[in-house]
Amino acid sequence: MTSGLTMFAYLVAAVCFILALRGLSSPVGARQGNLLGMIGMAIAIVTTLIAPNVVNYLPMALAVAIGGGVGAVVARKVQMTALPQLVAAFHSLVGMAAVLVAWAALLTPGNYGIGTVGNLPVASLIEMSLGLAIGAITFSGSVVAFAKLQGLVSGAPVVFKGQHQLNAGLGIALLVLIVIFCATENYVVFALLTALAFILGFLIIIPIGGADMPVVISMLNSYSGWAAAGIGFTLGNPLLIVAGALVGSSGAILSYIMCKGMNRSIINVILGGFGGEGAAAAGGPAGDRSVKAGSADDAGFIMKNASKVIIVPGYGMAVAQAQHALREMADKLKAEGIDVKYAIHPVAGRMPGHMNVLLAEANVPYDEVFELEDINNDFTTADVAYVIGANDVTNPSAKTDPSSPIYGMPILDVENAKTVLFVKRSMASGYAGVENPLFFKDNTMMLFGDAKKMTEEIVQALE
Amino acid sequence: MATQTETLASQADALAEQAGTLAENARSLAEQVATSALDGAAAGGHAGEFWWLFTVFVLACFIGFYVVWSVTPALHSPLMGVTNAISSVIIVGALIAAGPAEMTGASWLGLVAVLLASINIFGGFIVTERMLAMFKKKK
Repeated sequence: MTSGLTMFAYLVAAVCFILALRGLSSPVGARQGNLLGMIGMAIAIVTTLIAPNVVNYLPMALAVAIGGGVGAVVARKVQMTALPQLVAAFHSLVGMAAVLVAWAALLTPGNYGIGTVGNLPVASLIEMSLGLAIGAITFSGSVVAFAKLQGLVSGAPVVFKGQHQLNAGLGIALLVLIVIFCATENYVVFALLTALAFILGFLIIIPIGGADMPVVISMLNSYSGWAAAGIGFTLGNPLLIVAGALVGSSGAILSYIMCKGMNRSIINVILGGFGGEGAAAAGGPAGDRSVKAGSADDAGFIMKNASKVIIVPGYGMAVAQAQHALREMADKLKAEGIDVKYAIHPVAGRMPGHMNVLLAEANVPYDEVFELEDINNDFTTADVAYVIGANDVTNPSAKTDPSSPIYGMPILDVENAKTVLFVKRSMASGYAGVENPLFFKDNTMMLFGDAKKMTEEIVQALE
Repeated sequence: MATQTETLASQADALAEQAGTLAENARSLAEQVATSALDGAAAGGHAGEFWWLFTVFVLACFIGFYVVWSVTPALHSPLMGVTNAISSVIIVGALIAAGPAEMTGASWLGLVAVLLASINIFGGFIVTERMLAMFKKKK
C-alpha cells in the first residue's frame, strides 16, 4: 500500500481531472479546465517520480522528452479538419501503453507490490488480462479507424460471410484464454491473448463505415478509458481507476449521443455494414423528376434579399476546407443586416463536435452556432437554408418513409425554409445510400460545385 | 438444615467453577477471533483492496456520467481531446515499470509506454488548448 501523502496527491490529481471535464460545460471556463487537467497530470507524474523504487531518471526523462516533443509538434501542426484521425491515433497509443504496462506488471509484479512471479493472486491475473485485452483491442481498433479517416484505406465497410460468427468465436476464445492464463500464469498464453485481442480489435472496426466514425471514435475513447481503469485495478492505483472511469463514461455517453443522432442502436453500429451495398437499393426511382440548378449569382441574389439565413454545414464542408469562405459569406450577409445562424446536427462530421471546432477555427462566434433541438423550429421563419456538405441529416424521408434506412433519424427541417440552397458536387446520394427527396422540391435550388469554390463565388456575387 | 447448607455450598462451588471455565472459554475464544481476524486480513488482503478499489471505480463512473452530461455539445471535440490526455495517466504505471535502477525487459516495456503516453499527454492537452482558444463570443 502506498503512503498517505502519495494517496493524497493522487486524490488532488483526480479532483483536477474531474474539474477539467466540468470546465467544458461552457466555452468560458473551458480553458481553465484544461489547465487544471495539465496540473493534475503534473501532480500524478511528480508523485510517481519521487516514489522510492523509481530512480532510473535519465532514460525516463529521455522518453518523456521524445514523446512530449512529438506530441507537441503534431498537436500544433495538425489541421483542424484532420482532428478525427489525430484523436484516433492518440487512442491507439493509450491502448498500446496499457498493453505494455500489463506485460511489465506480469514480468515484474514486485515493482507494483502485487506479488511474486509464478505466484500472483488470481484477482491480479484477471485484472491484468482484462487491462491487456481492452488495451490491445483499443490499439488495433484505433489503428483501423485512423487508416479509414486518413484515407489510407477505403472508408467503406468491409463485410464478409460469417463475420459476426467469426468475431463471436474469437471473443469466446479470448475468454477461454483468460481462464487458462489465470490458472497457469503462463507467458505464452498471455502472448496468445495479446495477439488474439489485437486481431479482434481489427475485426471489430473494419465492418464500420466512414460516416459512422463519430460513434467509433467515441467508442474507442471509451475503451481507452476502460483500459486505463483495468490497469489501475492491476496496479492497485486509485488515480488510474478514477481517470479511466471518467474517460470511459465520457466516451460511452458520446457514443450514446451519436447513436441517438442517427436513431440507431449501438449494437446496430457495431455490427456494421451500414451504407454498403444493401442500403443502396432503397432509394427508389428518380429518373423522371427534375431538379432546379442555380448559379452563384442566383444564390447571391436570393440571399441578399433574405432577412434570415441559416447555414447547415456537414462533412463536405470539412473536406473542401470551406469554413473560412463560409464565414466571409456570413460576414457579407451580416453587413447587409441579415440575421445569420448556423445549425449543427449531432452527427455532422467525423467526430462529436467536429463542425463546431471548424467554425470556431474560421472565427465564427460560438453564440451564432446552434444545436439541432435549439434551432430546428427556426427554419419555418428562415428565408434561406444554406446546406453545405450535409445531406442525410436534412433528408425528409427520415420522417416520412418508414422503408428508408434512415427512418426515425432526427433531421434538420431545412425544407421549412422559404428557399433551400443545396451545395453539392453531384446528384450522388449521401453516405446512407439514400436519395434525398429534398433535391426535387420546388423551393430547393441545387448549387453544383465544390463547396469552397461555390461559396467563394457567392461571396463575389454579394460584392 | 445443615445438609441443605452443605449442598447449597457445594452447588455454589460448582457454579463458581463453571463460571471460571466459562470465562476461560470466552478468553480463548476472543483470542481465537483476534488471531483469525489477523489471518483473514493477511490472506484476504487483496480481496479487501479489490472491493475498496471497485467502490472508487463505481463512484468515479457516476461522477463521470453527471459531469459529462453537463458538457455543452459544442465542446464535444475538446472533450475528446482532454479525455485522451487524461487517460494517458497510465504513464504512472509505465514510470513504475521503468523505475528500478537495474534495466530489465520490463524496464524497456515501461520506457516505451512512457514515450507513447507522453505523446498523448502533450498532444492531447495542446490540441485541446488549440481548439478551446478558437471558441470566441460575438464581438
